[in-house]
Amino acid sequence: MSVSSPFIPFDLLAPKERPYFDRYGNGLVVVLPPQRPGPSGWGAGGPPHGGAWIHVGEDGKARAFSGKVEVGQGTRTALALMVAEELRLPLSDVELTMGDTDVCPWDMGTFGSRSMPDAAQHLRTTGTAARQILIELGAGRLGVPTDRVELVDGRARVRGDESPPAVGYGELVRGLRRVEMVPPDTRPDPAAKWTRAGHPALDSGARDVVTGRRRYTSDLHLPGMLYGKIVFPPTYGAKLLRVDLSAAQALEGVVAVHEGDLVAVAAPTLHGALAAVRAVRAEWEATPQPSESEIVEYLRRHPAEGEDFWDVVHHEAGDVDAAVAAAPTSLKETYTTAYIIHGPMETHAVLAAWEAGRLTVWMGTQTPFRARDAISDTLEIAPASVHIVVPPTGSGFGGKHAAELAVVAARLAKAAGHPVRIAFSREEEFTQAYFRPLAVIDVRSAVERDGSLSAWEFQVLNAGSAAARAPYRVPNQKIDNQPTESPLAQGSYRALAATANNFARESHLDEIAARVGADPVEYRLRHLADDRLADVLRAVAARACWTPRSAADRAHPDGHGRGIAVGLEKGGRVATYAEVAVGEGRHLEILSLITGYECGAIVHPSNLRSQVEGATVMALGGALFEAVHFEGGRVLNPRFSQYRVPRFRDIPPIEVMLLDRPDLPSQGGGETPLIAVAPAIANAVYDATGRRLRSLPLTPDGVVP
Amino acid sequence: MRSNAPRPRAHGRLNVNGIDLEVPLDPDRNLLYVLREELGLTGTKYGCGEGECGACKVLIDGVAVRACQTPIGEAMGRAVTTIEGLASGDRLHPVQQAFLDVGAFQCGFCTPGMIIATAALLTRTPHPSDAEVRAALDGNLCRCGGYLRILEAVQRAARSGAEKGGTSR
Repeated sequence: MSVSSPFIPFDLLAPKERPYFDRYGNGLVVVLPPQRPGPSGWGAGGPPHGGAWIHVGEDGKARAFSGKVEVGQGTRTALALMVAEELRLPLSDVELTMGDTDVCPWDMGTFGSRSMPDAAQHLRTTGTAARQILIELGAGRLGVPTDRVELVDGRARVRGDESPPAVGYGELVRGLRRVEMVPPDTRPDPAAKWTRAGHPALDSGARDVVTGRRRYTSDLHLPGMLYGKIVFPPTYGAKLLRVDLSAAQALEGVVAVHEGDLVAVAAPTLHGALAAVRAVRAEWEATPQPSESEIVEYLRRHPAEGEDFWDVVHHEAGDVDAAVAAAPTSLKETYTTAYIIHGPMETHAVLAAWEAGRLTVWMGTQTPFRARDAISDTLEIAPASVHIVVPPTGSGFGGKHAAELAVVAARLAKAAGHPVRIAFSREEEFTQAYFRPLAVIDVRSAVERDGSLSAWEFQVLNAGSAAARAPYRVPNQKIDNQPTESPLAQGSYRALAATANNFARESHLDEIAARVGADPVEYRLRHLADDRLADVLRAVAARACWTPRSAADRAHPDGHGRGIAVGLEKGGRVATYAEVAVGEGRHLEILSLITGYECGAIVHPSNLRSQVEGATVMALGGALFEAVHFEGGRVLNPRFSQYRVPRFRDIPPIEVMLLDRPDLPSQGGGETPLIAVAPAIANAVYDATGRRLRSLPLTPDGVVP
Repeated sequence: MRSNAPRPRAHGRLNVNGIDLEVPLDPDRNLLYVLREELGLTGTKYGCGEGECGACKVLIDGVAVRACQTPIGEAMGRAVTTIEGLASGDRLHPVQQAFLDVGAFQCGFCTPGMIIATAALLTRTPHPSDAEVRAALDGNLCRCGGYLRILEAVQRAARSGAEKGGTSR
């Protein structure tokens, strides 16, 4: 926990200058430097980041380091499996350190489903390079050429010879202090040859979860630690006019800080901190804020210029206007989504402690390196003077990117001369974190005389660009994404833009298919431009015993409906089937859901299944009933008793189908499985009732509006 | 201010996981705060503070209660069992074992509350129907959406005879 001499984080030193061996003992270190991001997706065109390094020590174990973090979705085990696979080590002999800014590679952050395509690939490649060196070392030791050496369970032996001598990795690296860079031509084994990855694996920390021993940030405690609280403005965007801290500071043991609009206190107990908050006399000036009823028009009137956390998309092919003018049938509709919360079970929490001028912050964050940089900028201290540690985190879902809380805790800890922990109350989590954006999407389409799509116009407002491009063949297309000045704090969210855009697209496609009397599955297959996605759709339709729906079937809705939707995003392909009943009082019941998912070679099957199940459940909330209500810059329902999230009673039978493609690179599974749920249900509701629902949540009061 | 002048705090005896502990009896402290912040038993989680999420569930005399809604005075003189006290030495409680075997968690933050609620349910109803499980656990939120695995774990625990594990002591 403490560092005695001035320490320079590894990422700020050249790979061969880092004190690996002083810290981890003698051995072999193999380094993959930060890598340039891929051509598309998050971080495209950005600076090199990520990479990995692996230390094989005299204890025969591998220590692997990645800048990604585990926020609770099981990537830790999946990534460790990649190292175990390439190094031919039991999983229990791989120790993976994630997101620790002192020793891990610099990384932009854990978002955009990049852990599998980037970090897993980086660890694989590094492991492969380390394996090659272990083979060379083994050849020297065994006195045979390298092609006669094989590595099995942490030992080198002569190929095919199960009798001794076999030499353990610890023996091979004894006395070494050797650092090698990964050669550029390093190629990991194909997934078809995997013996550990792709097979069942146990999360090494699982036992601590069921015994209550796992320590999250909010569970950490240091001697002399104080409890911090922030004095938040009463309404969103309010400005601090004046503040009087004297009454708060008169309380026993209370420390208060005031910097710009920030007012915060710390006290030896949580109750003391809350009393101090009440004792602060602050005057705020509210700024006018639109209310919920006018939000769509407000967003239309307030386009934002410049860069945002999402990239602007503009795609045009052919001539949409001409195609619409010439078409026998065209359709124009608007689709919307609501602001919703992330609501991680563990609210935002940080613990900050200073020691000899160096700051350590333990925090559940998706962006530890960016937090380090933000803290260093704000407090005007060197990046090397800040250390971020990411303990186990009670989930994030895209909601744990900000560093402000860490800055506040650091200021309080400095002022107090004691460590300070700040954890949001649930109400603070509702009101002071950011939301998934409320999206407005205008879609216009037209068809030829034979019913095939001729024009597709997709205007996205305030959702983001992910999944805005249609996976369908349409000759004339125009796709735009326009960020806006949102009146509430909004930000990243698990599959945020893709959920909104996919809802609009898959709903609209269903509408146009109905208009031309086509079966929804057949119509999609007829236009799909992606064979992998078509395979997933066929698999789900077959599993659901889908029978083509004729126009005549759909003309007489009987309260029982079936709907389907597909999605392609972040390299994953998803199809969801929904079966619903709309009965007395238009009450909606989901009878069953089937989600099919394909994301290349499956690394950790049980965890991927878990992710797809969880994503489907999370998507249900946003699809059916979740919405933040607000007026005048104030959230009106900042509690779980006022804001409904999925509970056991809401969970229909859910079937998950995983399509394994060992011939294709592994992609993420945490986000894309969400995106077809809402449109599949909306399409099923239409099938059941003839009513088309174009706003999420579909049934805020449990009934079809 | 007068209310903050140092004054002797009243103490009382709280039985937690079979051990009698002296704890301060401040009337504004709830059981959750005392367990987590005074006794360092952090397996019991804060999730909402209003009794809506179940992350803070503990057993009091074998019944699952929400520690965030329990004033410390109400727990005095009764047997409190937290997630840390459920196992017998190295041997996990059958419900813990079932959650581990099924892998019934993602981030794991709701897990202690889920296990406590399940342990209480199986004591009362050793072989619950699916509807009974859902009703008993409806007050427990899992934001990772791990409900299907949890349902599977509960049934596995029921099959393994969780009723024999029952409560602590």
